[in-house]
Amino acid sequence: MTDAILQMRGITKTFPGVKALQDVNLEVRRGEIHAICGENGAGKSTLMKVLSGVYPHGSYDGEIYFDGGMCDFAGIRDSEKRGIVIIHQELALSPYLSLAENIFLGNERAKRGLIDWNRTNAEAADLLNRVGLRENPTTAARDLGVGKQQLVEIAKALSKEVRLLILDEPTAALNDEDSAHLLDLLRGLRDEGITCVIISHKLNEIEAVADAVTILRDGRTIETLDMRAGGVTEDRIISGMVGRDLEHRFPPHESTIGEEVLRIEDWTVHSPTQHGRVVVSEAHLTLRRGEIVGLAGLMGAGRTELAMSVFGRSYGVDISGRVFKNGKEIQIRTVGDAIRHGIAYATEDRKRYGLNLIEDIKRNVSAARLEKVANRGWVHDNEEYRVAEEFRSSLNIKAPSVASTTGNLSGGNQQKVVLAKWMFTDPDVLILDEPTRGIDVGAKYEIYGIINRLADQGKAILVISSELPELLGICDRIYALSAGRITGELSRANATPERLMAYMTTVKE
Amino acid sequence: MSSVAPTSDQIPTNTSVAVDPDLTSPPTNTPRSRSSVGLRQSGIYIAFAAIIVLFEVLTQGALLEPQNISNIVVQNSYILILAIGMILIIIAGHIDLSAGSVVAVTGAIAAVLMVNQHVSWPLAIVITLVMGALIGAWQGFWIAYFGIPAFIVTLAGMLVFRALTLTVLGNQGIGPFPDNVRTLANGFTPGFLGNVGLGVLGGADLFSLIVGVLAVAGIFGVQWRARRGRIGYRQAVDPLPIFALKLAGAALVLMFIIVQIARFKNLPWVLVLLAVLVLAYTLISQRTVFGRHIYAVGGNLQAASLSGVKVKAVTFWIFVNMGVLAAIAGIIFAGRLNQAGPTAGNSFELDAIAAAFIGGAAVQGGVGKVAGAITGGLIMAVINNGMSLIGSPSERVMLVKGLVLLGAVAFDVWSKRRAGRTR
Repeated sequence: MTDAILQMRGITKTFPGVKALQDVNLEVRRGEIHAICGENGAGKSTLMKVLSGVYPHGSYDGEIYFDGGMCDFAGIRDSEKRGIVIIHQELALSPYLSLAENIFLGNERAKRGLIDWNRTNAEAADLLNRVGLRENPTTAARDLGVGKQQLVEIAKALSKEVRLLILDEPTAALNDEDSAHLLDLLRGLRDEGITCVIISHKLNEIEAVADAVTILRDGRTIETLDMRAGGVTEDRIISGMVGRDLEHRFPPHESTIGEEVLRIEDWTVHSPTQHGRVVVSEAHLTLRRGEIVGLAGLMGAGRTELAMSVFGRSYGVDISGRVFKNGKEIQIRTVGDAIRHGIAYATEDRKRYGLNLIEDIKRNVSAARLEKVANRGWVHDNEEYRVAEEFRSSLNIKAPSVASTTGNLSGGNQQKVVLAKWMFTDPDVLILDEPTRGIDVGAKYEIYGIINRLADQGKAILVISSELPELLGICDRIYALSAGRITGELSRANATPERLMAYMTTVKE
Repeated sequence: MSSVAPTSDQIPTNTSVAVDPDLTSPPTNTPRSRSSVGLRQSGIYIAFAAIIVLFEVLTQGALLEPQNISNIVVQNSYILILAIGMILIIIAGHIDLSAGSVVAVTGAIAAVLMVNQHVSWPLAIVITLVMGALIGAWQGFWIAYFGIPAFIVTLAGMLVFRALTLTVLGNQGIGPFPDNVRTLANGFTPGFLGNVGLGVLGGADLFSLIVGVLAVAGIFGVQWRARRGRIGYRQAVDPLPIFALKLAGAALVLMFIIVQIARFKNLPWVLVLLAVLVLAYTLISQRTVFGRHIYAVGGNLQAASLSGVKVKAVTFWIFVNMGVLAAIAGIIFAGRLNQAGPTAGNSFELDAIAAAFIGGAAVQGGVGKVAGAITGGLIMAVINNGMSLIGSPSERVMLVKGLVLLGAVAFDVWSKRRAGRTR
């Protein structure tokens, strides 16, 4: 019997319509670094939210034992009281507060309601020292780089007398040097007796630092591997992450591929928020008539950023590179330019960026090219209605009429409205970012059918997806993106989940 | 569960289809949510009618006397004009706190041009409108292209343009205005065709009556054509009796107002101006690409921007438009008082904002109609007028107006939340 500090048994968590976790088991030994691996959507973050009380006891099935005692956390405060601290992927520092204020936020060092600043700053300095950060505790958090901010988060966790530290993708936004420093720090904490659970997509890091790995897939525990014994390679982990058979979830399709429509060369994009950070680096991409091309990549690889920067510079600064349409170089400075050049981009977050939810279907369908149903600035209402009605029947949008509010539709039908909106612009190139996220199996099948039909009409299609089976199921060719670089290109015949995952986790210099 | 999982013919039979949780509701739900939207839209008109009936009773019929109707329109025309510009700004998700000060400064500019510089009045009006546009462009620039929230920019504008008013006027009122401008602001169309007897109702201006009849005929024609067009496109339309009933109701109300106004005097010029503006802006907001873009920007800024809408330009131009409308209001207000004063337009912006929100605009933007804002403005006008007729002190008028504004927006929020819950 090993000395387990944490045992999660039979955890099942259901969201409306989706089983996010199904009978998941996790056992973490005292004083180890335990990694959790899995594809996007495998349930890693959900599991950690169950553990830390973000999803309170009772909203899930199963049992959690921490340090021998049963846990029934009603919220994140309860779990922190027991010494379980989670550091989320998106850093949660308040940018204008000092480091010391951030570290003790919600946990202030106070005497009779008044903050004891001397104690606050002195203790903060000690904690910063412990994580190897030589900064003045009165510095504002925003003056630090992401790597150092990550360390401040850890210092904040240490201030809560952490016993189990959970890190969700701690190195996703860090450069190699900062990552290495962070991993060193984790080893140091382990030696001090703090147990760590780390979620990461970077398999080389896991190989380097983890004592054990638990692999999740489709909301289930697949296996737990002991890394200390040696012999567990990245490939071994990958096969655990992807090993599933492709069911008949995709409509059969033979693409008739024609000449090149769009070519992107040397495409480099910098982050608008973090000065100097390269988000997309020298990417090359080719799309051809009638071809469905996939773009695979893990969270943070720069897929959406690549697409949006091409689509009228909707993302990024210092964008360089060239775009060719039908062999001729084109300049795309605005979204309007992109639409005029026959490029359409359906966003991954349809509610925030894709639709005007308070408007009806027809006004959403016509939104991206209203001029088509207008004459000298005057909109032809009836024509708009007719066109929208055509899409409603051809795409099988389930709504009483095109005058229905889009906000009242289901996810699948909203997605069809988004597709209709971009089909209405008569594009030659359609970039579909996560076209089936959050919609049910039936609607997914319909969306795949629509994508196939668009390809048959001679349009070039780029599908961005986090679901490898989806890419393998519908694409003729797949690019893999890792840390902003195209690391590989696989034809349908050569593409396997393992190869793709290997490319997606490659870190090129 | 009355609804069936969709598209069974397209899905391989071995795949079990999860019933989309959202899909199970629409068949029963959408009519309900549609009717609640309908209630929100028509609720304002029902409330307006109720308030009119209430005050008609409380004032023992004085409210709808010919002269009083004319007064309500003339006394509130500048607020209603501002409300038209304001609703467009609110639909786009912004606000304008400077409207009152812009009314004052444009009135002052007009006064200096006409009274001190003796510029001919048509030219002076054109120059004033251009100044209004420039003021709007100034604010629009900071909001749209510099990215400062409209609240801040127009709060600054409120102070700056009030200060400029005082500077231009040299701290005193300037007047009197030329007769033509006063007629425009306060006067009536000449009785081109003389009076005609209406039996017990007494005499009425024939020209006004003819205009009224033509307007009704116009409404009939336009509505009938729209209906035919929709039928041609196989869209759902109201059954003929209901369609006829609605039209008849609208015609009756319109003719009643016109007859009352005609019995008092001729048509007020500002009513003509207001009618033209309402018609024009209703068309612009509902039927043009630009109007649609205003709704798109307010409904979902990011989605609009990713749909190729020139978000910044739209924002800029609605503020330019607001500046022009404020200049029109400024000329009319100054002309009506026959003098441009340093306190002109004080808190007009608040009345215009209140009119827009009472008229069904949403705080988050994306929703609202010109007709709604006008109705909202008229509701406040009737409350003002009715309460002063029954001799209420001004603090009570203010109290009631405040509570009506709060109540109207609370109703809006409540009905939206209810619609959200049934979804």
